[in-house]
Amino acid sequence: MGMILSLHDVTKSFGALKVADGISFDVPEGQALGIIGPNGAGKSTLFNLITGNLVPDAGRIKYQGRDVTRIPPMQRCLDGMGRSFQIPQPFTGLTVFENLLVAATHGQDRPESAVVDHVARVLDQTELMGVANTPAGGLSLLQRKRLELARAMATQPKLLLLDEIAGGLTDGECAALIDTIRGLHAGGVTIIWIEHVLHALTAVVERLLVLDFGRVIGLGEPAEIMDSREVREIYLGIEV
Amino acid sequence: MIWIDTIVQGVLLGGLYALFAAGLSLVFGIMRLVNLAHGDLIVMGAYLILVVVSVLGLNPFVAALVAAPVMFSIGWVLQKAVLNRTLGDDILPPLLVTFGLSVVIQNSLLEGFSADSQRISMGPLETASVAVGPVTMGLLPLLTFGSAIAVIVGLNQIFYRTAIGRAFRATSDDPVTASLMGIRPDRVFATAMGLALVVATIAALYLGTRSNFDPYVGPARLIYAFEAVIIGGLGSLWGTLAGGIIIGVAQTVGAAINPEWQILAGHVAFLIVLLVRPRGLFPRAVD
Repeated sequence: MGMILSLHDVTKSFGALKVADGISFDVPEGQALGIIGPNGAGKSTLFNLITGNLVPDAGRIKYQGRDVTRIPPMQRCLDGMGRSFQIPQPFTGLTVFENLLVAATHGQDRPESAVVDHVARVLDQTELMGVANTPAGGLSLLQRKRLELARAMATQPKLLLLDEIAGGLTDGECAALIDTIRGLHAGGVTIIWIEHVLHALTAVVERLLVLDFGRVIGLGEPAEIMDSREVREIYLGIEV
Repeated sequence: MIWIDTIVQGVLLGGLYALFAAGLSLVFGIMRLVNLAHGDLIVMGAYLILVVVSVLGLNPFVAALVAAPVMFSIGWVLQKAVLNRTLGDDILPPLLVTFGLSVVIQNSLLEGFSADSQRISMGPLETASVAVGPVTMGLLPLLTFGSAIAVIVGLNQIFYRTAIGRAFRATSDDPVTASLMGIRPDRVFATAMGLALVVATIAALYLGTRSNFDPYVGPARLIYAFEAVIIGGLGSLWGTLAGGIIIGVAQTVGAAINPEWQILAGHVAFLIVLLVRPRGLFPRAVD
């Protein structure tokens, strides 16, 4: 099985602060990888490096076998990289349907008429059909989270990056979201998922990566990672 | 009855100001760029129409059709090559660059066309009028007002009914997120500037046929345009039309009382709106 994403010794500093310190890992095609770590460990920064919103100071990022270290974000999106934000950032002035339409049209570089069916399917999968014509600025938190996911899905990603999409949801809402994500994964989409809600994460992912102070301190089977002493120390006080 | 006539003339004049302002409003709404050269770009459009009229001997309306794609290209290249580089968190660079551009355009026009004032001739249309009840309206001011409404309806259709319109709105909302969806903000902005200069061409047609113009009249037009945009509320095109009408009516009413008060009355109306509704009449809900 090929590697869809490979990071090699990726380093990034903001002034004296190293937010990514020699990060290396591979993600095989079709896998679901979870990323955990305390606040400020550099998880969202890592996503910004993968999507191209930040350019690393050193190191290489390979996506689908190609070096994309210096490729701009929109090109990576066209090549099948989709992302949801930790704090939902919908286009508030557009309706839910238009949000997805814009993402699908530009993310796949196809005319609107060609992507409408796909958008309708995504609306259905993410249970947003009922609010399709509501301006995104007026959505509830769960709906906004769903819209984040839906918008990333609308670009028909091969690699989906989810940033704390389950945070702040009730158990019932969270379970529904997990089902949606599991469905996507079953459909062959590779997923990298940052999450503090561990039970949501472990319900889907096959591998866990632990990040602390910009370094990878653990990578492996979820059960094995959760049992390791290092992780337990960092996560002491966090419910597992 | 004279008052009704005065107000109607003011409303029609407001259409012209709305045309001046629509391109400005469009550009500000999409990329938060305050284009200080907008007035001069309109004047440049008027000279372009004048050249097409005198060289090819075309009717001014047809000449504007010829000038529009040229102006679109100028706007596209200007945005892509120059203005995109100035956009960022700091609002000063675009102000400085467009201010410099304003000076450059004025002096280039002065070099090319001299300081003599010019006019685009419409022939008999200039004096044609229609009587509606007690009020007599010039055909040209009526056409101007009709064009302003057509431009605003057209822009709203583009905004809300087309793919490029949705890209405009998405990019205006959040350029960083938009680029993650595969949108290229630099191209979206270039298209927006091109569109703004097409609107500027329409404004130029009526600017050049309504009165004399020379290379220096741009900044004065810009002030009316700014006032119309701010009275209407930033980002609202119908608000911009309302703003233009308020200034137009204030000017004609002021002039009816005392001809010296025409310009002053427009500015006073602007200040009063600012005092009462600092965010304009129809501000956007979010921002």
